Amino acid sequence: MQDMTEQETMLEVAIWRGGADGRFVTYEVPLRANQTVLDVVTEVQRRHEPALAYRFACRVGVCGSCAMTVNGAPKWTCRTHVKQVAATGKITIEPLRNLPRIKDLATDMTGFFEKWDRAGGRFRGSATRHDEPARVDPASRQRQYADAGIECINCAVCYAACEVVAWDDAYYGPAALNRAWTLVNDERHAATKQTLADASDRGGCGNCHSQGSCVRHCPIGLNPTRSIAGLKRMSLLQFVGMGR
Amino acid sequence: METGLYALQRVSAMIMAPLIVVHLGIILYAMRGGLTAAEIMSRTEGSVAWALFYGLFVVCAAVHAPIGVRSVLREWTPLAPRLIDAAMLVFGAALLVLGVRAVYAVTGGWS
Ligand code: SF4
Ligand code: SF4
Ligand code: FES
Repeated sequence: MQDMTEQETMLEVAIWRGGADGRFVTYEVPLRANQTVLDVVTEVQRRHEPALAYRFACRVGVCGSCAMTVNGAPKWTCRTHVKQVAATGKITIEPLRNLPRIKDLATDMTGFFEKWDRAGGRFRGSATRHDEPARVDPASRQRQYADAGIECINCAVCYAACEVVAWDDAYYGPAALNRAWTLVNDERHAATKQTLADASDRGGCGNCHSQGSCVRHCPIGLNPTRSIAGLKRMSLLQFVGMGR
Repeated sequence: METGLYALQRVSAMIMAPLIVVHLGIILYAMRGGLTAAEIMSRTEGSVAWALFYGLFVVCAAVHAPIGVRSVLREWTPLAPRLIDAAMLVFGAALLVLGVRAVYAVTGGWS
């Protein structure tokens, strides 16, 4: 009803099309109330560009698949409102930085997840299905460290924000190291020493500059910098024989 | 290996920090009324204490600097990691030789 009586205000959207050697193409979509950046991308795909490639699944900030670079900064697009980012009536949407571009807004995240593994991020249990469930004291310091980083949704926003990842291909990045930190603090994990060794190896925690771009951009409000500082501390203590 | 280097870099920094303060403090203090090279030499020559002080300084610098430069080169240049490591060994050795030579020149003569 409103659309008929009032003139629609249009939003100018520049979207990256193609792979690494692509270019921006500009579209116009109507500005709506409570519109997210993901809504805008969907509208472009439905009305203007059926071949537009992008990823999303949950649309409510749980799955971590919709991250893109919006006006130069990495964001989870399903929970980023247009009015938060488009003060000028224009938005630029590109794929996430630090990841190879496949097509349009979709990146190849293989390297991101491989680093997750290389940083020691795979859980190894010591109990079997016949054992009693472990009793973990939620108030213990270790569990609180783990809890502080556990809500990561693997969106790679922090990975795109990290300068050291941009400079050094070998660096595992904030998400993988944050994961390793939650594991070394998980008392059910049976390979703590190995995880710590992996997380402090060549691509590991020693590379972090502690400047906190990851913290600034993480949509969940996690603090990978603090997790990485924890790994540094723990690996140093281990090195001088004072590890736990 | 990475953790070892990380630890060495921190430890060498911790040792160097007070040495630098003493080094700068003494320069400022000794320079108040003007100072000639001959006067400096007369105080440092034959001094085992100054030889140990600056010897330690040189060793720490030779350990500390190459580890830092290694990180910078890894982040900012496309050089192969092995090549960087080799270059840093040479760089560290050069710092050590130059430093020890300088310490000997200023404090030498002790027997
Ligand atoms: S604090 Fe460390 S992990 Fe976070 S963005 Fe900076 S270098 Fe990357
Ligand atoms: S730490 Fe935050 S920004 Fe990084 S992947 Fe996890 S949720 Fe995303
Ligand atoms: S679509 Fe799942 S987090 Fe955005």
